[in-house]
Amino acid sequence: MNKLYIFLKYFFIVVWTVFVVAPFLWALTTSFKDFQSVNGGVTYIPWLDFEPNLEGWKVLIKSPAKGGVDIIEPYFNSLFVTCTASLISIILGTLSAYALSRYTFKAGFVKNNDITFFFISQRIMPPIVLSIPFFLFLSSINLLDSLTGLIVVYIVLLMPIAVWIMVDFFNKVPREIDETALIDGCNPYQAFLKVVLPNSIPGLIVAGMFCIIFGWIDFFFAFILTFTEVQLLPVKIVALNSSVTPWWSLSASALVSVAPLIIVAFIVERYLSKGNLSGAIK
Amino acid sequence: MDLVANNLSYKPDDQYHLNEVSFNFKEGNLYTILGRTLSGKTTLLKTIAGLLTPDSGEIEFDGKNFLKVPVWERNVAMVYQQFINYPHLNVYENIAFPLKQRKMDQSIINDKVMDALKSVGLLGYEKRKIQELSGGQQQRVSLARSLVKNAKILLLDEPLVNLDYKLREQLREEFKNLFSKGLADETILIYSTTDPRETMELNGEVIVLDEGKVLQVGSAKEIFENPNSLKVAEISNDPPMNIIEAKISDNNIKFEGINLEAPQHLSKLTEDGLKIGLRSSDIELNENGHEFEVELAEISGSETLLHLKRGDTKIIVSIEEVLNFKIHDKVKINFKINRAYAFNSDGKLASSPFGGLSGQN
Repeated sequence: MNKLYIFLKYFFIVVWTVFVVAPFLWALTTSFKDFQSVNGGVTYIPWLDFEPNLEGWKVLIKSPAKGGVDIIEPYFNSLFVTCTASLISIILGTLSAYALSRYTFKAGFVKNNDITFFFISQRIMPPIVLSIPFFLFLSSINLLDSLTGLIVVYIVLLMPIAVWIMVDFFNKVPREIDETALIDGCNPYQAFLKVVLPNSIPGLIVAGMFCIIFGWIDFFFAFILTFTEVQLLPVKIVALNSSVTPWWSLSASALVSVAPLIIVAFIVERYLSKGNLSGAIK
Repeated sequence: MDLVANNLSYKPDDQYHLNEVSFNFKEGNLYTILGRTLSGKTTLLKTIAGLLTPDSGEIEFDGKNFLKVPVWERNVAMVYQQFINYPHLNVYENIAFPLKQRKMDQSIINDKVMDALKSVGLLGYEKRKIQELSGGQQQRVSLARSLVKNAKILLLDEPLVNLDYKLREQLREEFKNLFSKGLADETILIYSTTDPRETMELNGEVIVLDEGKVLQVGSAKEIFENPNSLKVAEISNDPPMNIIEAKISDNNIKFEGINLEAPQHLSKLTEDGLKIGLRSSDIELNENGHEFEVELAEISGSETLLHLKRGDTKIIVSIEEVLNFKIHDKVKINFKINRAYAFNSDGKLASSPFGGLSGQN
């Protein structure tokens, strides 16, 4: 029984790992292939099945004048827009979530839960519904095709996620901890900064991770709200496609674009497994 | 430096959490707030701490309007019934937190924290994380954190209720020692509890609270001997005092076909609707006694609690030994009727064996 259990356990782990890792390996090998090795039947192992070359990778950094696409600038644009928008969303979202969790608001029939739902409702609407208003809004304040404009739009999209996660998180931090901090001589701001925030790091990390993921992978708004001045990575990757699908450079760009998320996931996983709120209340 | 409250009321929903509560607490004294769950104890302590603002009424401390002073400037300390500590700090940092907040010298902080750790018996645990401590140890840390401040007002909100039996006994003993050391003569110590035994053992001034209202104020002995109403008698006894509907006539107390000779302090009562109150410890098993049927027998620690029934009368008897009974067993019991209380039909104390109001009727 026990042996069967261990066998099944490792069997499923192996199957799942293959399922997750195989596409990456496939993309990795494909990125070193040329036209012949992609279209002339299935090839797997470099040097044996096909002769690897760096053409797929070179295209990504060559300037368009030399027949490349140059994703370096869009890459840094994407990093800058995603990180800035996520940071601002986390700061604003955390502050509003704390207020929603600890204080009672009332305006007619609108109460705390309704306000929280209002934030989430921003994500319920299909993006296409928001695209025209956003376009008109940005054009009226002259921020179309600019990094600032994209950051503004991304904050609108990301802050609801931060609020949603952090409200839930703060509701689980016992109110008595804030009260104890007040009794111990903190004013409300100090209580938040010195006691509540340090105990909310796991929540902040989760919220931050979601913001970065959703910001990084967005194609739709980056596509609609920019033209020539500013381009983000997802839009640029799509621009790679031409009459002959360049599988090698598409694979290379796919790997380059998921790299930051994988790095973030590795760092975050360390912090999350620490989880240090468990001793607040027994 | 007295803490004086006048007519504090707090009614956040359709129920009073505090209802016209007034008191006058003097420095250097221990006050016990006794009341059942949801009687308003925590609300009262939070109001004193400044975490809640009452709807009406006023609190003065040292002659100043306390309601105008924000929590963080009140110099109070509070221990919660849940073990509240700062989970991101270790034991030492937890206890040092209020002192650092006051920007004290590091060397003074160090001395004070060590003293506090010593007084709660946690020396050597400075570097531990809060999560690595047992419930009792966590509660000691929060006690140490409130002691270290030398607060003028120390609030303890059912500090022992979430601990297991053994630890509770042990910590209660330590509390008594700490409190009796004088703790600093100018401290006002306010301790809330649901447990009458704890109240009696702490032996301070008792405030009995129910549904936000103060029912009785007096020394622990006074509350025990002369509870001024049925409610107080119920709240201040564990198990609650037995209440028996009886008639007194011809110097006899009659109920369920039982005739007991009325003791002197009850003999003059004749009015209708009297209720006789008798503690569960004032009833004993006796071969020649009156027959009751066992409804439930529970063993708690070294005593047995018998829930008995005869007709419509239900009583609880506590016996100081472990005995085995089955449901529907018949037992014979004797009433120590000279220790009985009598209450009027409106629940007020009519007569007590300790002389409260005796002979007034």
